[in-house]
Amino acid sequence: MPKHEYDPHSMSGDDILTTRLDELVKFFREKGVNWARKNSLWPMPFATACCGIELMATGASRYDVARFGAEVMRFSPRQCDLLICAGRVAIKMMPVLQRTYIQMTEPKWVISMGACASTGGVFDTYAVVQGIDQFLPVDVYVPGCPPRPETLIEGIMAIQRIVEKDGIIPSAKRGKGMRLVAQPTYQVGVPEAVGGNHK
Amino acid sequence: MASHEEIITTLRGRFPDLKFDARPLLAGGATTADQHYIRVEPGRLVEVMTFLRDDDRTKFEQLIDLTCVDYLNFPDAADRYGLVYSLLSITHGHRLWVKCFVNDPSPKVPSVVSIWQGADWMEREVFDMFGVVFEGHPDLRRILTWDGFAANPLRKDYPLRGRGERENYQVVERDSA
Repeated sequence: MPKHEYDPHSMSGDDILTTRLDELVKFFREKGVNWARKNSLWPMPFATACCGIELMATGASRYDVARFGAEVMRFSPRQCDLLICAGRVAIKMMPVLQRTYIQMTEPKWVISMGACASTGGVFDTYAVVQGIDQFLPVDVYVPGCPPRPETLIEGIMAIQRIVEKDGIIPSAKRGKGMRLVAQPTYQVGVPEAVGGNHK
Repeated sequence: MASHEEIITTLRGRFPDLKFDARPLLAGGATTADQHYIRVEPGRLVEVMTFLRDDDRTKFEQLIDLTCVDYLNFPDAADRYGLVYSLLSITHGHRLWVKCFVNDPSPKVPSVVSIWQGADWMEREVFDMFGVVFEGHPDLRRILTWDGFAANPLRKDYPLRGRGERENYQVVERDSA
């Protein structure tokens, strides 16, 4: 009987210790450090508008982003690796956002949350940035005005897929522009009450 | 609490050479009987405002708001920029609006910071948004738009999307951060 096909009920304490450590080493060899990294994202909340309220709701108990290991929102960019830009960014605010991004430690990822951060939204004026991707390498665009917490969680899961796939490529080597868009992968039914055919 | 007629009579008594052109404020198409505004020419503004603050019958201690209206293409408007001063007397509980009209090419009014300290940032905002220069202001800089912004966004002839300011903004690199 190979060592890892054990019956846990018939093993002594020493066996469990050595066998489990073995499994753990094997697991990390297969999955790599990115598995740990993707399940321990540290978001930097850059909340400038109503999207920030949804970001807070995502962090609170009902939606509970702790289930994805991303609950530790730090307000120092030095301690973060995921920038969530939630809300419109005025042009006078843009240097602050860029410096925040520069100060974050590598490897780092960026979520552009909501219509305003991604495109400027309805604020097509002289003073509002028309999409932060003109200035920062954005990994995931989360659509919505503002996005519901489920959509933001889908965005965080998209970041997790990126982390697992790309790993620790420094942000400078990553291109600008769209890589993954946070959309539900399943079909969303439209209820009959609003003209759809979903009961 | 003095009525507006009394305030304007007081002013006319002190400044017999000025007309003031007192009119009731318009609110939703209807005139309101108890709210009036007066017009003062820029040259006499500081004199009139100092009197309004200091005289016992008027006693406007507080400048509630200072803003500006661009009357470009406005029907029947004789002047372009209308500065609006909202005054409140805490002692008497009455209010008064003072309007002061200036024109291109170099709109200038005297600053009232020496009368009400709170006018400081409000005058800077009007300077930023309309390009009206306040003579005698201690620190007349832009307050809302960024350094190097070259336009006055709330002028009616300024396009909503700007003139390329948002497209040509600086990118902060690691070296310059």
